[in-house]
Amino acid sequence: MAIGIVGGVLLAVMRLSKNPVTSSIAWFYIWFFRGTPVLVQLIVWFNLGLVFEYINLGPFYKDEWSDFMTPFLTALLGLGLNEAAYMAEICRAGLLSVDEGQTEASHALGMSHAKTLRRIVIPQAMRVIVPPTGNEVINMLKTTSLVSVVQYPELLRAAQDIGQTSGAPAEMLFLAAAWYLLLTSVFSVGQYYLERYYARGSSRSLPATPFQKIKANVLSLSNRSSTTGGTA
Amino acid sequence: MTAMVKAEGVHKSFGPVEVLKGIDLEVKSGEVFCLIGPSGSGKSTFLRCINHLEKINAGRLYVDGELVGYRQKGDKLYELKDSEVAVKRRDIGMVFQRFNLFPHMTAVENVMEAPVQVKGVSKSQARTRAQELLDRVGLADKAGNYPSQLSGGQQQRVAIARALAMDPKLMLFDEPTSALDPELVGDVLDVMRDLAESGMTMIVVTHEMGFAREVGDSLVFMDGGVVVESGHPREVLTNPQHERTKSFLSKVL
Repeated sequence: MAIGIVGGVLLAVMRLSKNPVTSSIAWFYIWFFRGTPVLVQLIVWFNLGLVFEYINLGPFYKDEWSDFMTPFLTALLGLGLNEAAYMAEICRAGLLSVDEGQTEASHALGMSHAKTLRRIVIPQAMRVIVPPTGNEVINMLKTTSLVSVVQYPELLRAAQDIGQTSGAPAEMLFLAAAWYLLLTSVFSVGQYYLERYYARGSSRSLPATPFQKIKANVLSLSNRSSTTGGTA
Repeated sequence: MTAMVKAEGVHKSFGPVEVLKGIDLEVKSGEVFCLIGPSGSGKSTFLRCINHLEKINAGRLYVDGELVGYRQKGDKLYELKDSEVAVKRRDIGMVFQRFNLFPHMTAVENVMEAPVQVKGVSKSQARTRAQELLDRVGLADKAGNYPSQLSGGQQQRVAIARALAMDPKLMLFDEPTSALDPELVGDVLDVMRDLAESGMTMIVVTHEMGFAREVGDSLVFMDGGVVVESGHPREVLTNPQHERTKSFLSKVL
């Protein structure tokens, strides 16, 4: 996912670049990785050894492809590169959502393109980028179950294996589902706080954290009960 | 007095539409120079050409004796690199019609941003200076507020402080009061009047004829991409020579 997010930001900036070479490279990448199923990409990565017998990075690294492309690396590359293509479009939407005047004001102050992007545009784009990225993170977490096709012992596969040997396959599947649910819940909480952070300045006061909300509710409840108690 | 800005036959087109059709004018150092005219006359575009937010298609534009956005080699003009343009823009402050404050930063952070990021001033130094500038525009107590918590007039005054933080030698104002409630216009004009008295060279695109008459040293009336009439504000505003100027002023005044 980290590969996906970093790659996505890079690709989005490249795509919006004025240079036709960089923007078309980004366009081509997105076209390719978004246009083929991730399952196919995973299998292709894993089986590239059938085409290239050795991987040869000059003096740095040389090995047989099948040794190099472990199931883990396949999963990392396959999912990461695919995700980058989707994240690129999300980031592009975010960057485009920031008012042109912000860039102008920053340029008028003498700030460079890179500084403008980093200090002014991206922090504002994040408000738009975070919610769909949350979607993507959760999607990605669930997509990891596809990795079982390249012999990687991920959650679903492990659950099935244990189910087979222990003779309780249904229970193990329920357990796997519960784990997925737990992990996505953890991410959702993280997303909430991230959104809250990037919302600063956009509304007049920050939204309350769940804890603050509960506290406020309890307080108002106890106030109400005390006042009704007083009249009765 | 030397010329701070000098324009020679400046042309600008957006596609097939020619917005500036040869502008010649000169802004002296320390002067308050007002640009007036109907919308679409090209006055804002001209202002944006001065700090190269828009590229000019023909003619020459000088700020403080140096070409804007280009380098001359022999007879040819070469466009400067973005980084070189950025260096030149440090000396030119700009205030926009719609403020364009950075919404994710507080007022004081808005003012600090450029000195810290561009000039490499230390944060504590920049903060002290920003606080002084906010004090100067009458907003010392609003330093910690985000732009969304400020009124339009307050936002525009923060924007002026932000531009001043770079110690510019020239300030460009693009209709700074057009987006404000009539009640709030006065505060912003007061700040600009103070600035004019301190000797800042200012080019002001405005519809505030009162301000132009009181504070302005020169005034240019533009229409259809050309300069129709220029002179001292009091003369042009009270005794316009051209028919076009007369009919425009009769509608605004």
